[in-house]
Amino acid sequence: MKVATTLIVNGNAYPVELDPGTNLLAAVRDVIGLTGSKEGCDDSECGACMMLLDGQPVNSCSYLALQAEGSEVTTVEGLAAGETLAPLQAAFLDLGGVQCGFCTPGMLVSATALLAANPSPTEDEVRIGLSGNLCRCTGYDGIVKAVLSVAGSS
Amino acid sequence: MSVSSFTTAASLDDALAALAAGARPVAGGTDLVVGARSGKSTLPASIVAIHRIAELHAVSHADGALRLGALASHEELAASDDVRSRFTALADACAIVGSHATRAQGTIGGNVMNASPAMETGGPLVCFGATATLQSATGSREIAVADLWTGPGATTAADDELLVGLTLPTPADGTGSAYLRLEYRRQMEIAVVGATAVVTVAGGAVTEARIAMTALSPTIRRVPEAESALAGSDGGPAAIAAAGAAVAAAATPISDVRGSAEYRRAMAAVIARRAIENALARARGEEG
Repeated sequence: MKVATTLIVNGNAYPVELDPGTNLLAAVRDVIGLTGSKEGCDDSECGACMMLLDGQPVNSCSYLALQAEGSEVTTVEGLAAGETLAPLQAAFLDLGGVQCGFCTPGMLVSATALLAANPSPTEDEVRIGLSGNLCRCTGYDGIVKAVLSVAGSS
Repeated sequence: MSVSSFTTAASLDDALAALAAGARPVAGGTDLVVGARSGKSTLPASIVAIHRIAELHAVSHADGALRLGALASHEELAASDDVRSRFTALADACAIVGSHATRAQGTIGGNVMNASPAMETGGPLVCFGATATLQSATGSREIAVADLWTGPGATTAADDELLVGLTLPTPADGTGSAYLRLEYRRQMEIAVVGATAVVTVAGGAVTEARIAMTALSPTIRRVPEAESALAGSDGGPAAIAAAGAAVAAAATPISDVRGSAEYRRAMAAVIARRAIENALARARGEEG
């Protein structure tokens, strides 16, 4: 059975037809075609699939896509303004917050939510705030520095 | 099994009618969808999404009780002044559930009905004497949360009953509380061992003590032997140690990937002692 719905992703409306068991990550990646968000653990442990749902973070692998009807979904593709990177994205590049890049979309979305809730976090608050996002490359230091540089409290 | 029916309930009546027709509810999805994708279970054939039912989101503190709508998120409860000031152990627990994504989407009602013996909010709810309101298309009943759980992942709720809210009586003045867990990671973790203490002090003595253990028995439960070791005492180191030892003695932990039964029992005394120390300090106004 397919259900017709409309998902609002990064301000754009996408009419889609989904099997009701489809998770939000699969709907956004495979049906809509925005592949920035990644499938890591598929078990809500790693945060690679993190998106914003009406501004609140969600592990999209663990959220039914049909529940997002009527909400604003934001993915990593929605953070930049056209060709201009968001300050967080620029800081990740400048301060070595990216290596293989697989965790980066979730990290950026997670950090965006963190800073929206707490604009001036301490280093400890950043580390705790991002500890639902796993990175297997950089050791986190560059990521934490990047977030703190945007928060202006480094 | 694939999902053959999905509806979004616009009202509580819609949701109860769907449950009566055999649908299963989803709110934040943080347990249901994860369980299905990890292979522990399959998604139900018929699902009713309840997350848009406005009346189930309300949180209020009035007339001597805290009332939590089943859809209140962990994030909302961890940030609530009413919860933080009078039901501090519950705020402690809500603040460490999953990650910020889990806390934003996961609900207190889902947490209770998932009935994990390692859930963070269970000990505080039991110690604060929380009552669950279960509603179906044909009626409504109240049951103490402690009596709701019958084993890991099991409750006394019938399939057509929906948890709509929780009611917690406001603790007496002079009460302090704390929830603490043994963890290996600061987020995306559940208790290896957890302990809740809710204590009331007056004139230097502990007048009432409620202590619960988490991830140490098939359901989260209070430990009367620990409570009687602390109640009536001066709340000093000897009484606290006795209460901690009573928790360890009452524990019937399992061995699993997160810890052996022997290790859990040893840590039970430590975590219980620290939870009691925190609760006493808060009751005495020594720290937040």
